[in-house]
Formats: sequence, structure tokens, C-alpha cells
Amino acid sequence: MSVLIILLLPLIAAALVCIPVKKYWASGVTVASSAAILILAARTALQVAAGNSIVSTSQLGLLKWISVDGLSVLILLLIAFVATTAAIYSIGYMAHEKLKPSKLRLYYANYNLFIFSMLAIPVLAEPTLVWIVVELTTLCSALLVSFENTREALEAAWKYVVLSLMGAGMALLGFLVLFAAMQASGGHGAYTWHGLVTAAPMMPPVLLQIAFLLILIGLGTKVGLVPMHTWLPDAHSQAPSPVCALLSGIETSAILYVILRMFPIMQASPHCHAETWALVFGLISVGVAAFLLLQVRDYKRMFAFSTVEHMGIILAAVGLGASAAGYGAMLQIVSHCVTKSFCFFAAGATLMAVGTREIPAVRGLVRKSPAAGVALVLGGLAITGAPPLAVFLSEFSILKAGLTQKHYVATGLLALFIVIAFFGIMLHINRMVFGVSENEKNGSPGPPEENHPGTQPVEKFNLPFSCRLALIVAAVPVLALGVYIPKPLHDLLTMAAAALTR
Amino acid sequence: MSGMNQLLENLNALAAGLFLLTAFGIVAMRQVRGCLNLFIAQSLLLAASAALLGLRYGSAHLFGVAIVNVISKPIIIPWLLRKTAPAEIYTQREINQVLNIPTALLIALALAILSYFLGQPLLNAIAPEFRAPNVPIGIAGLLIGVFTLTVRREAVPLLLGLLMMENSAFLAGISMSRNLPLLVELAFATDGLIIVFISGVLIRAVQKHVGTTAVGELASLKEGATERAVKEAGK
Repeated sequence: MSVLIILLLPLIAAALVCIPVKKYWASGVTVASSAAILILAARTALQVAAGNSIVSTSQLGLLKWISVDGLSVLILLLIAFVATTAAIYSIGYMAHEKLKPSKLRLYYANYNLFIFSMLAIPVLAEPTLVWIVVELTTLCSALLVSFENTREALEAAWKYVVLSLMGAGMALLGFLVLFAAMQASGGHGAYTWHGLVTAAPMMPPVLLQIAFLLILIGLGTKVGLVPMHTWLPDAHSQAPSPVCALLSGIETSAILYVILRMFPIMQASPHCHAETWALVFGLISVGVAAFLLLQVRDYKRMFAFSTVEHMGIILAAVGLGASAAGYGAMLQIVSHCVTKSFCFFAAGATLMAVGTREIPAVRGLVRKSPAAGVALVLGGLAITGAPPLAVFLSEFSILKAGLTQKHYVATGLLALFIVIAFFGIMLHINRMVFGVSENEKNGSPGPPEENHPGTQPVEKFNLPFSCRLALIVAAVPVLALGVYIPKPLHDLLTMAAAALTR
Repeated sequence: MSGMNQLLENLNALAAGLFLLTAFGIVAMRQVRGCLNLFIAQSLLLAASAALLGLRYGSAHLFGVAIVNVISKPIIIPWLLRKTAPAEIYTQREINQVLNIPTALLIALALAILSYFLGQPLLNAIAPEFRAPNVPIGIAGLLIGVFTLTVRREAVPLLLGLLMMENSAFLAGISMSRNLPLLVELAFATDGLIIVFISGVLIRAVQKHVGTTAVGELASLKEGATERAVKEAGK
């Protein structure tokens, strides 16, 4: 059963990397296991896209709660993709950090455990078990956030743990109320996502409503919805860049997936208004993040705020409530995941080249490291939704669906905030990549051609090969998905969008 | 038999009431050791409530919950904390918090009253056999836990606040959704242990690299904070 192997591989890899042997053993094992997971996940995705959903037939312990449908296999595939590219990227990034071998092994052990906890979210179908693995993602990634052990990193990790676990406490009560609702419905179906959807029409609406709000607020803390987002820019900027790519690119979406699972359950009762809550929370998140983007002074924080914005867009798209908007939301999850991980790889390359996270301190990046500069510009354009890249397509289909649904005000606001975010991000990136630094501007008086920025001798920085490779691999879907969506992926997206409605 | 059942229900209500009292105690306690002892007492009361409800409704599963709770929380968690962050547990100094204690207690009291109103629609919607004082008291404990997180500034009391939130959710859960599979309960218990372990490691790292565990003082990451840092660097 390939799903089971997918779950076992990162655990085996986590154990293997602890063996102290050659220099590249730990990174090699991690890349190999991530790539194997990606291949298995792609195979599972093809099976599901062809119409064979996977439900465990075993009645043994944990195994009986494993089930995979269109929505979950989409998330599974994305986790596997980012895990692979981030593992490749880690080789060069960690070599640049010049760590002790024991510290490096600790990094890779943590990395694999974190991957395991994320992969378990879409695969498990029992809500309380999903709650536990959501907690595990926090706990496994906490030590990755604090990995550099600076004062700021420790502060970020502490905030991350406390706020995420606080949210998880609220969500736990939500899931227990959901279980009570399941009992009150009188049905004796299994307590799984599927069983809940079936039993939902008999459940008392009050219980459903309380459960939904507790889960939305509790897990929304971990997704980074405004006003519970305060930890996110800290944690997503202080972690090492490959970890940021995982946290921002896919962890937030994987948690959002759990919230999305609530929607078909909520639609059973007309008084629940789950869509309205989603639209309101989504729009507030997009708006606040768009304005916060204008004033950031740390480029990794900038991409972190952009994650808040994109989570808001996805939630708002689900709130628009049509199947077309659902398709757009799913496409947005895919495009955000591939693009944001690319952005953080580019940000990591920039950090390696210049050694600072301050936007004002970085000027003329393209002259110092052409690869990092080009990647940063491409990442900025891609994440803000410039045509013809992946995010443009998904945002366009969401706005189109919003207009056909006659949600004119919400769609207008969404478009406005997206445009503001575009200007915010591109302004900063333009200055960083092409700007002229203070030193170059009022440099020593001399012959005029020496004052010209182009002729200033700049020490070039060479990006490690594995980082270049990861950037190229991550760029492929960013460029390709904007113009062409393969048929199996299209089928998967349609199935995933169908899983959002009853 | 009904007299026996009545007695068990009353005893359960007593355990739940004492649970609420320990929640107030965790808000008011000034020393880390005291907080930890109160948390242990609270976990024992949770286990007692589970055992009493198990006896009342003849549910072997709830006895399992009680046993898992007695083993994991009062025994393993304090042991783990002493292993990972010993300096924090044994210090006798007073811990500071944002509000003074009478104000904090008054707010906690207001939260407890609020939770009775919040719990009412929930209680009305579930079947009578699942109704117990556990539900509103669980909600009260959850809210008081969130409140503790906002006023405390030290690492270990914050961690105990988090664990108190989990205890409270369970207190509501054992009456409201008592047929959860035991495997899930075991997973919950393991999860609690991992929380303590990871937080302990983090607390230790904070103490080593920052020199304090008053995590409330860690506030360099803010919007505009970097701006200040740039200016200071410029000077």
C-alpha cells in the first residue's frame, strides 16, 4: 500500500540520518527519501485522478483511518514536491552555514519528522487524529524555527509554539463538540470526514456552529489568518530558508485543508453561514496583509506577509461559494505552494549573497549575484500574480467566479488588495535588485565613469550548485502552470473542488 | 441504584468544581513550583472525574482515560520538566505577571461566569446523558487558560497554561464525547508529553542563549523594530 510507505519513508529517513558517517550521508538520505515520496505521491495522484479513490480496508489500529480522495491527494502531492525541492536546496544552504556535523544531523532528523507530520494530515481521515498530527507539525517545526539559536529565532519559535498550541486547544474543544454532534445525530457511522458529511443533516445546527467557529479560530491561528497572524511573520522570517519554504509554502495550506474539510459538513444546515465567515476572515486577512506589505523592512517578512495574503485569498475564494470559485481556490493552493517555496529559495539565495535581511541594506543585487537577483524578480512577479505565471491564472479564475456569482463588492475589494500587494512587493524588490546603494551614489569623487554603478567593482557571489538546481526545479511549475494545466491535474482540481461541496 | 447514581453524579460535580478552583489557583499562584503542583492536582481531578463518570455510565473506556491521565500528567510531565528545565522548577523566586493578582482573579471569575452562558446552548443541544457540569467548567478552564497565556511572562507558567487548556478541553470531552476510541486518548497523552519535551528544550535554549526565561521580555520582532535596529546601527 503506497500511502503507508509514504508515511513510513520519512520516519525511516529520520532514523537513518542520525547515523554519523560521511559528510553528505544525511542530506543524501533526505533527498532520496523525499524524491521517493514524490514519486509515490505522484503515482497515487494519478490513480485518484483516474477515479480510484483509496480507502483502507484494514481494520487494524491506525490503518483503518487512512483514506485518500482528490482533495487530500492534491495536498499530499504538494507536500512531497516542496519537501523534495527544499531538501535539495538544504544541501547548499547548510553547507554555506558551516555547521558542526552533529548539528547538521539534528537538522535533517527534525526535517524528516516535520515532513512526516505534514504528510499525515491529508492521509488521516479521523478528525481527532488529524488534530494530533497538526500539533505534531507545530512541535516538529519549532526546533527548526529556532535552529539558528539567535535571540530573534528563539523568540520567534517561542511565540510560534505558544500561539499555535493555544489555537490547537480551542480547536480540540471544537473537534470534541463535533464528536458530540455526531453522537447527537443518532447515526452510528465512523467518525471520519466522510462519515461526518453523511451524518451532518441530522446534527443539531448549534453544535455544528460552535464546532466550526472553534475550529476556524483555533486552526486559523496556525494558518495565519488576521488577527491571529502575529506569530507568522516572525517564525517564517527567522527559520532557515528551506524551512521557510516548507512552513510558508505548504504547512499553512495543509492546515487550511483541515478547515476546508468542515465546509461540506456545514452546508448540511442552512443556518450555519460557514461561507460568510470564510469570506469575512479571508477579506480581512488579504486587506491587512496587503497594507502591512507596504511597510516591511525585512524581505523574508515581506514574503511571510504575502503568505497571510494568499491564505486570505484562498479562504475568501471558498467563501464565494461556487464550484468555479472552489476550482480557483484549489488552483490557488497549488500555485501559491509552488510559487512561495520558489520565493523563499530566492530569498535564501539573497541572504547568502548579502548576509542581511534588511531591505534598505540590499541594493544592486543583480550586480552582486545575478542568479539571486533574477530569481528574486521572478519570484516577486510570480507571487504577486503577473501574467502569464501560475498565480495570475488562479487569481484570475477566482475573480471571474466571484463576478459571475454577483459578489461585486467582495470581488472588487479582493482585486484592489491584490493590486496593492503587487505594488508593495514589486517596489521593494525593484529597489533591492536594481537600486543604487548609498555608497555607490555618493562614493569617492573620481573619474565619472567610476561613479557609474555599472562599472563599480562588485564582488560576485556564486550560488551553490544545489541551490541553483532547486531554484530551477521549483521554477518549472511556476512557469508552466500559468500556460498549461495537465489533464490529470485538472481532473484532480475538479475532484478537490467537488469535495468542498456536498 | 438511582441513589448510587445520584451520589456518583454529585461526586463528579465536586471533582469538576475543584478543577475550576485549581484553574483559579494557577492564575493566582506566584511561584513556579506552586503552579506545577496545582497542575498535578488538576490532572488528578480530571482523572477522578473520568473514573466517576466511567462508574456512573459503566464505561470501561473512561477508566482507560483515567489511567492514562494518572500516569502521563502527574508523573511523567513533572519528571520531563525537571529533566529539561531544572533551574526553572527549583527556583523559589516570585514570578511577575502583567496584572496584579486580585485583578487577574476577578477577570478569571468573569470568564467563568461567561462560560456558563456560552455553555448553555451547547448543553441544551446534547442528549441528557451527556450533560454534566464538566461542559461549562471545561469551557471556563479553556478561557482561563487563554487568559493565563496573555498575562504570564515566564516560560514554565505559560507552558502550564497551555496544558491547562488541554486538560479543560478533555474535562468537557469526557462527558460530552465519551466514546472516543482509546487509541485516540493514548495519542493525546503522547502528544502532551511531546509538548512538554519540545517546550523544555526551547526553554533551555532560551535560557542558554538569551540568559532569561522571562519570555515576555523577548520583544525584538515587531513591525518597525528592524527600523530601530538600522538606526541604532547607523549611530
